[in-house]
Amino acid sequence: MASTSQIEVPTWNISEIKNKNRRTELYREMKKKKRMAKIEEKKARMKEAKAKGEKAPPKGIPKTMENMRVYDETVVNPNDEEVMADEATDETAPYHTGQSEPKIMITTCDRPGSRTNKLCKEFKKIIPNSTVFYRRGLDLKKIIPQAMSRSFTDIVVINENMKVPNALVVTHLPDGPTAHFRMSNVKLTTEIKGTDGMSDHRPEVILNNFSTRLGHSVGRLLASLFNADPNYVGRRVVTFHNQRDFIFFRQHRYEFKSGKKVALKELGPRFTLKLRSLQKGTFDSKHGQYEWVHKRHEMDTSRRKFYL
Amino acid sequence: MQHDDVIWSIINGSFCSFMTRTKSQKFCRNEFNLTGLCNRHSCPLANSQYATVREEKGISYLYMKTVERAAFPRRMWEKVKLSRDYKKALEQINTHLIYWPKFVRNKCKQRLLRITKYLMKMRKLTLKRSTKWVTVNKKVERRELRREQKALVAANLNQEIEKELLERLKNNTYKDIYNFPVAAFEKVVDDEEIEEESEEEREEGEELEEEEDMDDGEFELEEEDDEGQIEYVADEDFDESDDDIEDGEPSAESSSSEEEEVKPKGKGKAKKVRSRKRVHVQVEYEDEGQPSTSKLQLQHT
Repeated sequence: MASTSQIEVPTWNISEIKNKNRRTELYREMKKKKRMAKIEEKKARMKEAKAKGEKAPPKGIPKTMENMRVYDETVVNPNDEEVMADEATDETAPYHTGQSEPKIMITTCDRPGSRTNKLCKEFKKIIPNSTVFYRRGLDLKKIIPQAMSRSFTDIVVINENMKVPNALVVTHLPDGPTAHFRMSNVKLTTEIKGTDGMSDHRPEVILNNFSTRLGHSVGRLLASLFNADPNYVGRRVVTFHNQRDFIFFRQHRYEFKSGKKVALKELGPRFTLKLRSLQKGTFDSKHGQYEWVHKRHEMDTSRRKFYL
Repeated sequence: MQHDDVIWSIINGSFCSFMTRTKSQKFCRNEFNLTGLCNRHSCPLANSQYATVREEKGISYLYMKTVERAAFPRRMWEKVKLSRDYKKALEQINTHLIYWPKFVRNKCKQRLLRITKYLMKMRKLTLKRSTKWVTVNKKVERRELRREQKALVAANLNQEIEKELLERLKNNTYKDIYNFPVAAFEKVVDDEEIEEESEEEREEGEELEEEEDMDDGEFELEEEDDEGQIEYVADEDFDESDDDIEDGEPSAESSSSEEEEVKPKGKGKAKKVRSRKRVHVQVEYEDEGQPSTSKLQLQHT
């Protein structure tokens, strides 16, 4: 760096000074000088840019986790025919083309707290054609055939720990897949300021940043909870935004101010999901076949490695 | 030769490898013991006429010992498989132990009862789901939370959503609902002109929207009682995209407090905008040629 030349490099090593007061003082001084040099440099750069006008050197691209992401060979090319053919025939495909209508069963863990119950009610509002059931201590494996006989297409289970909702299981019926999410940072509608009541129009769904094969299947599973044919008049939009494997859920009402401008009004609850496991078939924790399981010690080796 | 008294005197007086002494009692570790206690009645070694019930792999058997077989250790115990039906098993015990002492017979029945009960409980438990307790690593939780906050900032949610919505508008997802001249926007024209045009067109778009919307309760109500009145829907409720700070909160610790600080400002702005806009709005409304929409709805239904 050019700035280093401006700093007076002390002839002695600061850390070797034995007097603590003096050492800290000198250290602070050095830090300050460095900071000032940086600011000076920045000012000079801005000045130069201003003077040169359009000819100024372009700004550098900041390094982010996203653009330094570790290469993943399963990232889907949107024009990949093989993937397209695969997705056209998978379990959730008829719900994306609008051939079949989703019907959702929402339930909780055995003894839900009030917060979980409230979240359930909000889920019912968010997801059209859904019903909330009390769990009554029933096994999920026993619920599944019953739900199938009543032509439910998905089961959503909200789990809690210490009265705070902490997990979400989504099972697609009749034959999978099943996703198990960690749920965090749940904010109910009442806890968000400036929200508005939601109408019962079928919402649009936005899936952002689901790039890999795994991400696609998770995104498709989440989207299949909603009707493929949204009621655009309601201007409701539900977003699942994936950023660094965290899936952020938001719900808004939008209004096009012009062809270039949208106004958003937040409606529903907020929460964040993180995929724990994806299972083929319906929920079966003992003998189920796992497509993907999050293993912390093996997988969380790099911060820049993302799976969705 | 089998001498019960001699055996018992040895066991009781000197040593028995199955005996366990506690402070209060003596217990027997022999598998064939009826009661588990070490006493003259229930000692399987010192009684030549003896019987017990044992469970092997979920099936209970009656074991009987007689004096005649005392000399043949290999064939000492006569083993009878008991029925799964508790009542039948009791009858079996009664018939087999008809000449055995009453104590042995009763204890065998008690043992059978106990065994059938625990077998039932075992079967129930294996069918029942069980909770698996998992430890939560606090350090990892904290890390996840921090990363989540950082990801949220990086996500820039509102902007991304707006971008996606505009993209959809461009791709004609909404068809006739919105009537913005899309092609015109792509050309670079003077900004203000565009905005004015689009304002007008938006109003038209809304009218269209209201006409189409038949199944919505809110709109129904609005339209039934006001034919001539003009409603300006939701203009003040919406935050403009430029001044939303909700999602991009920089730090976790101060998130709640920051929201409180930031929001009133936003409200203040919104109020100002509202008052300014109300003065300027001017809309023409054609209500002569249109049939009442409530009737339209009736026709549809």
